Amino acid sequence: MVKLSINNRDVEVPEGTSILDAASELGIKVPTLCHFKLDDFDIESKAGSCRVCVVEVEGRPNLAPSCCTPATDGMKVKTNSVRAINARRTMLDLLLSNHPKDCLTCQRNLDCDLQRLAGEMGLHRILFEGEQMEHEVDRANESIVRDPNKCIMCRRCEAACNVMQTVGILSAVDRGFDAVVMPTNKHSLAETKCTFCGQCVQACPTGALTAVNRSYDVWRELNHPAKFKVVQTAPAVRVALGEAFGQEPGSVSTGKMVAALRKLGFDRVFDTDFAADLTIMEETTELIGRLTSGENLPILTSCCPGWVKFFEHQFPDLINIPSTAKSPQQMFGAIAKTYYAEKADIAPDNMLVASVMPCLAKKYEAAREEFAPNGVRDVDIVISTRELANMIKEAGIQFNDLEESEFDNPLGESTGAGVIFGATGGVLEAALRTAADWLSDEPIEDVNFTAVRGLSGIREATVTVAGKDIRVAIASGLSNARDLLDKIRKGEARYEAIEIMACPGGCINGGGQPSIKGDTSILEKRRQALYVIDEDKQIRKSHENPSIQKLYKEFLGKPGSERAHKLLHTHYTERENA
Amino acid sequence: MKVIDTVAGRHSGSRADSGLLEALHGLQAEHGYVPRQEAMALSRRLSVPLARIFEVLTFYSYFRLEEPGRITLSVCDGTSCHLQEGPVLLNALQELLGIKPGEATADGAYQLNVVRCLGCCSCSPVLMVDDKVYSHVEPTDLPRIMKKHPPIVNKESNDDAHSTA
Repeated sequence: MVKLSINNRDVEVPEGTSILDAASELGIKVPTLCHFKLDDFDIESKAGSCRVCVVEVEGRPNLAPSCCTPATDGMKVKTNSVRAINARRTMLDLLLSNHPKDCLTCQRNLDCDLQRLAGEMGLHRILFEGEQMEHEVDRANESIVRDPNKCIMCRRCEAACNVMQTVGILSAVDRGFDAVVMPTNKHSLAETKCTFCGQCVQACPTGALTAVNRSYDVWRELNHPAKFKVVQTAPAVRVALGEAFGQEPGSVSTGKMVAALRKLGFDRVFDTDFAADLTIMEETTELIGRLTSGENLPILTSCCPGWVKFFEHQFPDLINIPSTAKSPQQMFGAIAKTYYAEKADIAPDNMLVASVMPCLAKKYEAAREEFAPNGVRDVDIVISTRELANMIKEAGIQFNDLEESEFDNPLGESTGAGVIFGATGGVLEAALRTAADWLSDEPIEDVNFTAVRGLSGIREATVTVAGKDIRVAIASGLSNARDLLDKIRKGEARYEAIEIMACPGGCINGGGQPSIKGDTSILEKRRQALYVIDEDKQIRKSHENPSIQKLYKEFLGKPGSERAHKLLHTHYTERENA
Repeated sequence: MKVIDTVAGRHSGSRADSGLLEALHGLQAEHGYVPRQEAMALSRRLSVPLARIFEVLTFYSYFRLEEPGRITLSVCDGTSCHLQEGPVLLNALQELLGIKPGEATADGAYQLNVVRCLGCCSCSPVLMVDDKVYSHVEPTDLPRIMKKHPPIVNKESNDDAHSTA
């Protein structure tokens, strides 16, 4: 332990603690910009490049960056001396000198750390009219816009891309004034092995990395008089959307969300949870098939498009292990434009299927060419939780005052198994509930497989189902997925079923969710909210969903049938690992 | 590949990435530049993301990402040469070859570089072709000089030329 004083108050902290963290022990806030820390995931990036967190240390001639200066015994620190404050202002003045001044029309307007700091530090004029950067803006993909001109070289996205996700494409390029964070060889993201998970967008403090905004396209379609407009909402959206309207993290806003979507003008508000139940039917059939034959194990889940693109690039030797089941989003689109279109007597090409997703990779997924049979996309437009929140605000809808509304049927009926897809461990638990029933003589009573729940990066458990031991593993965050896959490759670990989600914690922490601003406790609250919804459901096993049973009876036949394969399964493509 | 193995062997374990600069120097010494395929192999061997390698390569102006031309034309732009119309000479060469400094001609025959200084200020402006120095060069001298250094068709004949010289 070391003892030091900060602003004349004593504090004792473990050796190695930064001045920044020591100050926070005392409730003293030092402004930061390049510093990036996610406690629950053991991620910390302290490039020390922005110099916004500088403090005065007695006896030290220069100011010290508090995020990367360890506290030492007897240290006397002043965080708010005039000298420190002036230095911070100068740092911001310099950062703003070559930063575009288009805040009013920037995607990050009102959600930008640089903008907020400039406000808090009272910068009311541009002191240095510096030379401006002129890099090309990368808009060549469906998910992420990269505007290098707004990059302040904080390196937070590098930590997300290289450490948290081990995708390894974002790094600084060139030097001096020209230096900017870019993919290798200055390629556009579309040319790289980017998974479009969007964690870099969540990490970026400015408008250098933002999500592709498709809300304008949704508005246009909503104004199309002849079109039949259908929307689906992913599980994780309902436990985060409320945050955008000042609700406490962990609030469940399913009813208000449905009501808002109706007010926006959708003809039918359906639920991706229904398609999650459908995914379980197909995936569990596949799991049991593989368990019976003992071949091609373990089975890996395939709901997460970031994870799918990750293994297509980086683990091509394992390309035959993942389940061939499409993700719930794509299953929904395929069923909406066939089964439902037929039932409701609507021409598929006259139907708009929009998705609200916690995810940016879902935008990319919906545009994959295998998901557009005969050139008609199964899912037409994907917007994120944040885009939906903005649309609700644009429309002047008072979200918190809305009267709750229910999903439409039949594609809105879902079980507790469907909703937990939004958190790490949920897909596997849902599959186990169904597998247990199908393998046993009578239905299981306790559906809570608590061993697979939690937020930690890798979890393992052995679950006994109908007298059979099934070894399972769950990984969230792609660095954890990589560790798990490396073990399987080397034959160091054996499992029958593995669930992987690209974002740490699962979809509740997706690239399209309201920003947690480094506070990972919000994720635990969102996670618990999903399990509360699950507990409250009458039906908690996917195969007991009456609308799912009807769908198979009327249209698909049996799980794994030829028609089910045509509509609900997909294939994977080996991609370049560079 | 041999360079990578040697370096990787010396820096193993958790500090494998500390061999990065050494390996890049080795690759450039071997190939005259750092080929993309080699950088990718290095990335796998040292467990360093390719993006990080690209960062190092673009930070240091010493490293080259493209194969240099087989004959190197170095125009001096040191103080003396600059004052003695070195830039005029450089312009003439750029026009003649159709490339900018730091580039190679499309057939890979010539590499154009700007250097400072070659240490023969009394002879400025100076042009160096491979290791031969030409003094007081004017644009009109260029055709004669280029004739002395005809393009070499491929790498093999390049090696032959050296062995017979």
